[in-house]
This record gives sequence, C-alpha cells and structure tokens, in this order.
Amino acid sequence: MLSPADLVTIPFDDWMNGFVRGWLVPNFRPFFRAAQVPISTVLNMLNAFMLWVPMMASTLAFALAAWRWAGKGTAIFTVLGFAFIDMIGYWPETMTTLAMIVTSVLFCAVIGIPLGILAARSDLAWRAIRPVLDIMQTIPSFVYLVPIVMLFGVGMTPGIIATIIFAIPPIVRLTNLGIRGVRHDLIEAAQSFGSTRWQMLWDLQLPLAMRTILAGLNQTLMLALSMVVIAALIGAGGLGLVVNTGLGRLNVGEATSGGVGIVILAIVLDRITQGLGEKGFGPQPSLMRTLAGFFRAAPRPGGANPG
Amino acid sequence: MSPKLSVRHVFKIFGAGADEALARLRQGKGKEEILLETGATVGVQDTSFDVSEGEIFVVMGLSGSGKSTLVRMLNGLVPPTSGEICIDGEDVASCGPDRLQAIRREKIAMVFQHFALFPHWTITENVAYGLKIKGMPAAERRATALQTLEQVGLGAWADALPPQLSGGMQQRVGLARALATGPQILLMDEPFGALDPLIRREMQEELVVLQKTLKKTIIFITHDLNEALLLGDRIAIMRDGRFVQVGAPQEIVANPADDYVAAFVGDIDRGRVFRATDIARPSETLHLEDNCQRALDRMQQLGRNALYVLAADRIAGIVRYEDLVRDGGAPRDLLRPFSSTVPEAKLHELYAHAARGLPIAVLDDGGTLTGVVELDDLFACLAGGPMPTHRQKREHLDA
Repeated sequence: MLSPADLVTIPFDDWMNGFVRGWLVPNFRPFFRAAQVPISTVLNMLNAFMLWVPMMASTLAFALAAWRWAGKGTAIFTVLGFAFIDMIGYWPETMTTLAMIVTSVLFCAVIGIPLGILAARSDLAWRAIRPVLDIMQTIPSFVYLVPIVMLFGVGMTPGIIATIIFAIPPIVRLTNLGIRGVRHDLIEAAQSFGSTRWQMLWDLQLPLAMRTILAGLNQTLMLALSMVVIAALIGAGGLGLVVNTGLGRLNVGEATSGGVGIVILAIVLDRITQGLGEKGFGPQPSLMRTLAGFFRAAPRPGGANPG
Repeated sequence: MSPKLSVRHVFKIFGAGADEALARLRQGKGKEEILLETGATVGVQDTSFDVSEGEIFVVMGLSGSGKSTLVRMLNGLVPPTSGEICIDGEDVASCGPDRLQAIRREKIAMVFQHFALFPHWTITENVAYGLKIKGMPAAERRATALQTLEQVGLGAWADALPPQLSGGMQQRVGLARALATGPQILLMDEPFGALDPLIRREMQEELVVLQKTLKKTIIFITHDLNEALLLGDRIAIMRDGRFVQVGAPQEIVANPADDYVAAFVGDIDRGRVFRATDIARPSETLHLEDNCQRALDRMQQLGRNALYVLAADRIAGIVRYEDLVRDGGAPRDLLRPFSSTVPEAKLHELYAHAARGLPIAVLDDGGTLTGVVELDDLFACLAGGPMPTHRQKREHLDA
C-alpha cells in the first residue's frame, strides 16, 4: 500500500532538535537563567524558613488553619499525620516539598489569575489562551522536562518551572469561568451606576468569583503535588527524591514512606484550601476564639446553660 | 419647559448586518421579514417620546416587545443603532464613554427586575454603592445610605445581607440604592414583576406615595396593564419594538388605538382608571331663593332628577324632583344630605356614595362645586360604553 511516508518524510525530530538545541538554547539560555531568579529566590527563602520553624510550631499553625477552615476532624488529622511523618523521619523532606509546592502555587496564582481576568474580559484573549492551556494539559510532562533541563539546568527551580507549566491551567480556566459567571444583571447594575471596569473588577467580579478562583487554586495545588515525583527526576529534592531513590534501589519501604508523606500533605492542603473556597474569607471566628475552641466542649444542642 | 428626557427616532437592531436591516426597516419591511433576509433582530424601531420632569412614564408591553431594550438605551447599557436620546438636551447615544459614565453617576439610576443586589455586601453597602463609585468617603456614604434606607422603611435591616430579606424588602433596597445618589431620572425595569401580587400592590402604592415627595422623572417598564394604569401619568403601549399608543391612562382605556390595545384594555377594572372628573357633568344648580316652580322647570329643562342647591358659593344640599312634586314646597325646605368627592377620586371610590341614589358632588380643594357625577354616567362608564358626550365640557372644568 502506498502511504504518505513513501512520498515525503518529515524529519520533525530533527527540526525540533535544531530549534531547541541550535537556536533556543544558545540564544536564550542567559535569558532563561535570569528568568528563574525570582523563583529560586522565593523558593530558597521559603525552604529555609520551613526548615527553620520547629516541627511543633508548623504543625500547630497547620492544625489551626485546618480547624478554622476545614473543621475539627481535619485539625486532628493534621496533628496525627504530621507527627507520623516526623516519626518515620521524613519531616525535612516534607518541608522542602511543601516549600516547592507553595512556591509553584504562588507563581501559578500570580501569573494565572491575571491571565484568567484578561481571558474573562476579552473574547479575543480567551481564544488565544485557551488552545495554549489545552496543550499544557494534554502534553505529557516528560516531553517538556528535556528542554527545561537544557534551558534551566537541573535542580529545584527547573522542577518548579515544570510544575508551574503542569499546574497553571486550572487556575486560569476557573478565574475566567468565575468572572464570566457573575450574574449579568449585577454587571448591568454596576454599569448603570457608572462604575469603571476596574471598580467593577474589584467591587464585584473578583469577590463574586472568589469561590470559583479558590476552587481553581485547589486544583492547581493538587496538580502541583502530583508533579512532585516527576519534578524530582530533574533534580528537585524533597519527598519526590525519596520516592525516586526508593524506586531506583527497589527499596519498597523508602518509596512507600515518601509516598505516604505526599499523601498526608495532599490531604491536609486539599481540605484546608477546599474549606477556604467554601467558607471564603468572610466573617470568621477570631484567632482567640479558634484557640479557645480547642479547649471548649462542643456546643450542646439546644444551647442549654451550663451549671 | 423643555422635556427632561427626549427620545427621537431610536432604533435598536441586534446582530450583524444592522445597517442593512435598518435600510430595509425604513423601506417599511416587517420584523420577521428582516430576520429572514438579514439575520438581524429588530429590538426597537423608530421610537420617539418626551418625558417631562416629575412625570411617571410607563412603557407597557409583553415580553419580546422591546421594552427592556428601550429602557437600557436610556442609560446607554444598550447602545442604540440610530437615533437620539437626550437628557437635559445632551445626547446620551453619541457622547463619549467618560461623559456617559458621568451621566450615569449624577443623573440617572436604575432599578432591576430581579433586584440585582450585590450578595456579598450588607444592605447599607449595597445602598452606598453608587456613592462609593463616585468616590464619597466611607463614613459620609454610610450616613447617606442609612438615611435613604429610613426613607424606604428598612432602617432596621442596615447590616443584614440581601439573601436574608424577602423579595419586597430586597426591591426596597434596590430602590434605595437607586435613590441614594440623588438622580433626577429613575429607570425602573419591571421592578415589581418578580414579587407576589399582594406585595406588588403594596409596593405600587408606596411608590405613588414616595413619588409625591420625590418628584423624580420615572420611566417605568411593566407587562402589567393594571400596574401601568395605576402608576402612569402617561402610558406607552409597545408591540414589536414600536409604540402602538401613547397617552394618559383614561385616554388609552377610553379610546384604544387598535384591536391589540383594545384586547388588553378589555378586561381591566375601569373603576380604577377613570376619575370623577372624567365623567362629571357641568354643575347646573339652583339657588336657595328659587321657588318650587322654577326648580321643577329647570329640572325638566335639563332632564335631571335632582339638582344641587347653592347658598352663595357653598352647597346647601340637594333637592329631588320627586320631593318637589309630592310636597310642592320651596326647595330650601326639601334639602337632603348629599355626598361629595374630589375630582381625582377614582370611580371605585364612588360606589359607596352611589348607594344613596343621588348625584355625587365633585368639589375642588376650596370646597367649590365643579361638577356632578350622575349615576347613569357612572354605570355607563363602568360598563365600557362610549364615554359620556359632555367630555368636551370637562376641559373647562379642569381649567
């Protein structure tokens, strides 16, 4: 049978090699090296901070956040889970992973939310952004690991860049969705009072889209967590490295330990950010009341007077 | 006095090919034809009207008639395809975006069908929204907002969130939000359409009361003819994007322009539309000094069964033909108590008076007799027959 390949063959892989190795890397390597400075700065500071804070202090902080936004069950789980990680000896790796995740999510938010706002305000921008997001979500992450290594080298920061590429689409999509989903008559009302586009964004669109945006943040966070092991392949440390090392040495125990650490971290972060999305930043019990809540019995049904 | 709001030959065509559609519309083609030929939807076609200061102008039409599009063109939420919309002589349709924004902030405010309150803000913050947009400091705008809330009777709910309020209360907040910026023109897009019938009636009456002190220029959109007749100083009936008839409530009910309007008007309560002054006859009277014979002569001559008797300018009472014939005495000895009303009274308010079986006196503010409502005329009007023939004479009564 005749096939198109008999007539013409396209050396696509050579083209890509030529494009990345022959043009992109020699010409833009300094640019990309410089571009990673903000990421590495934030990451190093966060990592140093996380490792500096005593284990008990950060556990307490997470437990309080969990209490406030996700309820008592999650708070208890946080304390027990973090204690377990500490006891199996992977606390520092967990904190490194956390620093990486927070850095990735931070940059995803800083880049993704404005992009989402832009996409929501202009159909043209959305038409341009949407296929890029589609590609980012469908392309296997291993494909862009190689050019990332060539452009950025190996280490934590390239790992974070790979994570950002992998994890950014949901926050862009959901910011766009949230803003576009604001009721049309509310937009009309704001317009009818003569508000500017910025006033409308700050007063109306962002607050009303906040739940959806936070849901996007939650999704981004979960995707970032799922990249931990893959990013470790190009030199990112933390729990991903533990899993990879375990894999390489066929050490089931080590790999499982790293995996359990990632799962516990994932559950805690997921519950807290989900709770944040559901309850929002609205009126919340104060820190003192949250603290007091730890020592107070659950409110009795019917509100009977004690004594 | 020049009108507050003046709309001239406004068209709105949705979809691509608006220019072509406009040209075909001017050739006299219909809405459906144009949709088929060009794919463009005609929202509003060739509409012109003036609204003077302090007037309530009601646009009444069914869904799809273009009334919501029309009201949105008045504050530029929907830009017209062609035509002029002048507020105080300034064209909203052609002014720049900055000027339009200034007009929206200063002159014109809107109340929405589904309230459109901002769910994440308290009632006070909602009411203060327009002031915030204008850049008023927080403390000052809260004070103004609270004051406006008192005006609509919701002072106690200042710090509640919109979903905690009932529909009627939410719409009061919507009204307060529109009033807080002190606009001269109020656009109300079916504001009571989403409310229960009882609450709707209550809100309509409250708006009438409020308008007596506010004296805003109101453009009120509704699909409910009864609401239009109750509130409107003038009413425009809209169909397929154009006005079918514009006029005072009484004119529209008495003389519907076509079968479409007539079908609407057919089953409305005429007793709530027409006023005493609409059917009052000129006040033919007797004097206190007139004798029996003269009284009888006058009654026969005028064809009336009873006449009012004046002492100086005041009414002394009413005397019946029947009594004069039976008794033969002077009218002054046969006076009966009478019922009186004001010229603006709606006919349904006269039913109780009608029970006496005597003509009802129409008195002006000074207590002077300006006309008489004969019961025959009252029933004829309610029955929907042609208006009494002496309508022309009403003009000099009004004057």
